[in-house]
Amino acid sequence: MGAIRLEKVKKTFGTLDVIPGVDLDINDGEFVVFVGPSGCGKSTLLRLIAGLEDVTDGKILIDGTDVANEPPAKRGLSMVFQSYALYPHMTVYNNIAFGLKMAGESKDVIDEKVQSAAKILNLTDYLERRPGALSGGQRQRVAIGRAIVRNPAAFLFDEPLSNLDAALRVNMRLEITGLHQELKTTMIYVTHDQVEAMTMADKIVVLQAGRVEQVGKPMELYSQPANKFVAGFIGSPKMNFLGGEIANRYDCHEIGIRPEHITVSTDQGDIPATVKIAEHLGAETYLHVEADGHGPMTVRATGEVPLGEHDKIFLTPEQDRIHRFDAQGLALRST
Amino acid sequence: MENKQTPLGYVSFSVFAWIVGLLIFFPIFWMVLTSFKTELEAVSIPPSFISFDWTFENYAEVQERSNYFKFAMNSVILAVGSTLVGLVFAVTCAWAMAFNPTKRTKDALLWMLSTKMMPPVGVLVPIYLVFRDWGLLDTRFGLIMVLFLMNLPIMVWMLYTYFKEIPTDILEAARMDGATLPKEIIFVLLPMAVPGIASTMLLNVILAWNEAFWTLNLTTSDAAPLTAFIASYSSPEGLFWAKLSAASTLAVAPILVIGWFSQKQLVRGLTFGAVK
Repeated sequence: MGAIRLEKVKKTFGTLDVIPGVDLDINDGEFVVFVGPSGCGKSTLLRLIAGLEDVTDGKILIDGTDVANEPPAKRGLSMVFQSYALYPHMTVYNNIAFGLKMAGESKDVIDEKVQSAAKILNLTDYLERRPGALSGGQRQRVAIGRAIVRNPAAFLFDEPLSNLDAALRVNMRLEITGLHQELKTTMIYVTHDQVEAMTMADKIVVLQAGRVEQVGKPMELYSQPANKFVAGFIGSPKMNFLGGEIANRYDCHEIGIRPEHITVSTDQGDIPATVKIAEHLGAETYLHVEADGHGPMTVRATGEVPLGEHDKIFLTPEQDRIHRFDAQGLALRST
Repeated sequence: MENKQTPLGYVSFSVFAWIVGLLIFFPIFWMVLTSFKTELEAVSIPPSFISFDWTFENYAEVQERSNYFKFAMNSVILAVGSTLVGLVFAVTCAWAMAFNPTKRTKDALLWMLSTKMMPPVGVLVPIYLVFRDWGLLDTRFGLIMVLFLMNLPIMVWMLYTYFKEIPTDILEAARMDGATLPKEIIFVLLPMAVPGIASTMLLNVILAWNEAFWTLNLTTSDAAPLTAFIASYSSPEGLFWAKLSAASTLAVAPILVIGWFSQKQLVRGLTFGAVK
């Protein structure tokens, strides 16, 4: 079991309010991703749950028990660190076995659990090696192995893929998702990469300045962002925001339209624009344009589009994909 | 770093380094040489270099007059004992400073070091009185305490710089793995800091071995180490250079050998953290 509930969790460093007060419910078996820009407090929040930082105020309930004042070891959670944090002086086997040894398990039980974790993670051939003799991906697997043998209530991942190269990152992403499907254990995953958030999460928690901006399923956040911040943060390339006359037309302060929800035409449309840079990716084309009266915008067109610098084009937002925001940046739902 | 040295510059630097090296080494060399001379040759002018009657007489006499091994054993016990006791305090202290620093940690470190700048003679009287009243004079235990306290600031400093290099993540991982604080230190921190601990211990053994002020002032015979052994040869009966040299050679030989074999460790220990 691993249901986690945060009640008014607060963290201050000196006079600085890092987390002004967070309420959050994480269901058993859920894959939750904390996402937000650097310094938004997502890692701090994870460390508060782990017990590596002391909460200033509030409750952290794991399966109904308040653990806010318990040391990390008593919370029954496992953590995978960004830097892997393997014990460099121990073999892979001992790295994975360390937590079990600390828990006072018998040799046979330890061996059985380590072997089975090694099998799941394809580490059987490397058990006698030291971490220094492993590649980045293998090290990350050892760190995950160390986490799973303890059979925790929940796994905590602190940006586990950011030290890996792009290709490996995609692989490990799939491995972690696969692992979650296999183990069905609660996972809390911190990342600044919204692609990781969108692809892995059951539930995304978007954070900014220590506050929860929105909680929801990936597609909910994509299609119904609660405010301008979430709208701009989720989705790549970023959403375009337009104010002025066009916003008035929709009875709001500003409208947002995603690059993939704009139709491009060379002869007619709502917004005249000039192409500045065209990025041809084959499957799609990103057009970075200067829209008359609106400034820079990004458009994502499917397939190969024969457009280049200085070309005059017309942009038309898809009507039912327009997001409306008020002066405070909050989303206005169409009635 | 490109080293653009001319051959001439290289040669002159080498010559200079050799001169400095020989200057430092000469007294030790002369001491060893004198220890093999007779008392008469030892004071003869001009001094004889190699062409004298080599004799082991001094060594035999020194051992006969005073029991070298008793003093040597005391030196070993004091040096190793004070280092081991110091290590227990220094490791815990350095752990706190390196991994749980507060705003005042740097000040505390500097303050600790500043105590090394005070001349020891300034506290001789109070410490002597404490030793007298507590019956610690001429005891190994008392001297171990003094030596360990004298060297503690250096041990804390050295270990602190080593511990600073160890990523906090790894200790946190151990905490997540359920390690209690003592286990975290014993199974994770210490094995990772072995090179640093080794050089810290080495330096402290050498410092304690060579320490003469406290060992001379607080001991007479029972706990007297080799420093007292040497000092006993600069006696009121007159100077016996050859015997004094033999005694000194015997006293410094063990530590010289240890130092020679562990040069690499020592240099690394003293410069650690300075480059990174």
